[in-house]
Amino acid sequence: MNYTIALAGNPNSGKTTLFNELTGSRQHVGNWPGVTVDKKEGIYKKNRNVNIMDLPGTYSLSPYSEEEVIARNYIVNDRPDVVINIVDGTNIERNLYLTLQILETGIPTVIAINMMDEVEASGNKIDFNELSNLLGVQVLPIVARSGKGLDELMRAAVSVAEIKISPKILNVFDVNINSAVNSISEILEDEYMADSSSSVGTAAAQLQWKAIKVVENDQLVIDSLSGSQKIAVENIVKEAEKYADGDTEAKIADSRYRFISELVKGSVKKAKTGYVETKSDKLDKVLTNRVLALPIFAVIMYVLFACTFSENFLFIEGLASPGVWLAGVVEAAWGAVAEVIDGLVAGASPWVYSLVMDGIVEGIGAILGFIPLVLVLYILISILEDCGYMARIAFVMDRIFRKFGLSGRSFIPLLMGFGCGVPAVMATRTLDTEKDRRITTIITAFMPCGAKLPIFAMFVSIFFVNGNKTLITYSLYMLSIVVAIAVSLILNKLVYKSAASNFVMELPRYRVPTLKSVLIHGWEKVKGFAIKAGTVIFISTIIIWGLSNFNADSFNGVNAASNEDGSNMAEMDESFLASFGNVIAPVFKPLGFGEWRPAVGVVTGWIAKEMVVVTFAQLYDDDVSPEYLEEYFSQYDPEELEELGFEGGVYDEEAAFDIYSEAVLFEGADENALHSMKTDIKTDMAAYSYMVFNLLCMPCFAAVGAIKRELKTWRLTGGAVGIQMLTAYIVSFVIYTIGSILA
Amino acid sequence: MTLKDLNPGQEGTVISIGQKGPMKRRIMDMGVTPGIKVKVIKVAPLGDPIEINIRGYELSLRKAEAENIVVEL
Repeated sequence: MNYTIALAGNPNSGKTTLFNELTGSRQHVGNWPGVTVDKKEGIYKKNRNVNIMDLPGTYSLSPYSEEEVIARNYIVNDRPDVVINIVDGTNIERNLYLTLQILETGIPTVIAINMMDEVEASGNKIDFNELSNLLGVQVLPIVARSGKGLDELMRAAVSVAEIKISPKILNVFDVNINSAVNSISEILEDEYMADSSSSVGTAAAQLQWKAIKVVENDQLVIDSLSGSQKIAVENIVKEAEKYADGDTEAKIADSRYRFISELVKGSVKKAKTGYVETKSDKLDKVLTNRVLALPIFAVIMYVLFACTFSENFLFIEGLASPGVWLAGVVEAAWGAVAEVIDGLVAGASPWVYSLVMDGIVEGIGAILGFIPLVLVLYILISILEDCGYMARIAFVMDRIFRKFGLSGRSFIPLLMGFGCGVPAVMATRTLDTEKDRRITTIITAFMPCGAKLPIFAMFVSIFFVNGNKTLITYSLYMLSIVVAIAVSLILNKLVYKSAASNFVMELPRYRVPTLKSVLIHGWEKVKGFAIKAGTVIFISTIIIWGLSNFNADSFNGVNAASNEDGSNMAEMDESFLASFGNVIAPVFKPLGFGEWRPAVGVVTGWIAKEMVVVTFAQLYDDDVSPEYLEEYFSQYDPEELEELGFEGGVYDEEAAFDIYSEAVLFEGADENALHSMKTDIKTDMAAYSYMVFNLLCMPCFAAVGAIKRELKTWRLTGGAVGIQMLTAYIVSFVIYTIGSILA
Repeated sequence: MTLKDLNPGQEGTVISIGQKGPMKRRIMDMGVTPGIKVKVIKVAPLGDPIEINIRGYELSLRKAEAENIVVEL
């Protein structure tokens, strides 16, 4: 027998930790197009017949924010066999508010009280038997982090799934509301039973739930009623409202909390009553201190970047940061692999050799070295997310964001956008108003995601050899935020004039992130990248290689006749890709890079932003061809060659590329370095403008897909992409024009 | 007096919560209901929002929202 168990609970109650513990390595987690991030599905590692569904964290099942609607629609419409309701034991009253609403749906439920270690440490005692009796369902203690109590929990959940007993209806509401609920149930009953294929017990529970929602004035449920039902319930709802001082919704929320207060009084013994200052509160006094908060935030952000990009880590000359160091290791390893592959295809025909070495090896290699940077940045961001500091950033920044018509909470998706735009766009779902969601979705695409990082890293190391590389990269990050804020301000003024945002947000307790959770985040990123490299990037690489090495004359013998080696490949600047690039290049002329190769780079960047780097590596590969290197090094005498790194001062073709890139290119020693790239992108300002354009223009297709999911219609999605393109163009143009004048 | 008028460290009891609507519902969903004790913990560095302790956890809201919550000392 197969069962589906849904995990539901408040945000930060430990659902995802529990999900990872239960599903182990079998989870299909991923933020890839097609894989929904909103509900995550996995298989219980100890019983493969049990499916586990991780629902978004929500405080309530009211339809006020998107993730509440997702969780509720899943519970009510898809009806899992059992809901495991995770309750944060350190914050039991507010967590039980959702519990009552879950029980109202009539789905068999088991309650797991999580973070029991912290509860015990605080000296509080929970009477589980009493709580079970009062709620009418099993209540079990767990510690999701350490896995304690999970076997018992799952046994209880499976046994509840087998007998399928709906929770009893609790006596939460007063007489007036109860009688309204009963009258409405009767009205809905006739039509409801007729079209419901489910068993009688389930149908009754569903009916009860629907009736409560009607009394609560829940628009989604009321809209689903037939015309005659709407008319029939109207008077009853109005009548109930009179008894509830004109606001039934508030009355119902209040009744639920009153019920909970009684419940907790009877089952939880608190060690201390009233406000208790925790360690977390003490830490918070420093981190959100009036004077220190903003400087601390700036320092944390700088450390984040320094760990990722700095070549003079902790201001020590020449000490590589973890990210840079790891990148070096990966590059060296790929170099060795490339050599082996070279040996394997050395005897093959020219075009096979070119496809493998210039196309695939070069293409994959170009991005591989940047993964460690992305990995380090992603791990650091996930630590910020896990420890609870993110919410404080929102708390501190709210005042600023409000000026631009957003709430401090919008800052969280923006910061996540530094990692990857796809989950960041999805995180906008947690925002309360539609205006906030839409604007944040649009501006999140401006963020420098991990895939844009290689573009900056490459450009900075080529064009700004003697500049402060960390500072230039940092300036792009700051620019993205400034542009995001400016665009938000403009949208607020022009499009959403009146709607106000709000800022009602929980400030979770600080917790030390577990190594496991951090490693899972890191591993997911690497896995996601490996899949991307193996599919989208691999295929695009081959296509770009093909388009850049062939043209119409490849197929009529003209090339074969003129090429010395008889191959039918074309010169790159006469290729298909060049013809295409030449058509669109003039558009970019005012931005400083109106040549075909950079233009093609922009377009391939939409497949995946890493492709910009891959495209450059392929299209400018003549700049570091063996012939060029030999000619370059011929100016040195043996002594100088030895100094540069050639063993015994003898020129060695095999070592030439590595020595060239490390000792010459990145040191800025070759004035003619990358001559064709520098003919296309002539000045530092043009290079900066190119980075800015790629930073701000339409994100990759995967992110556009995520935007479409959030904005719902193609019209709005098209509008969002239009705004992004226009912004990228204007900002690049202004920076290039003003920068060129100043220079 | 409203929640906005309380200084950090002061504690009050909620009497009523503003006008009917999504905002009121959101605030009540988070546990701010009549009769409950709230303590103002701090004000954000830039003067707004504020942080309160309610039902044993920390919640932040803007002064404009706190203004709708009537409390007594």
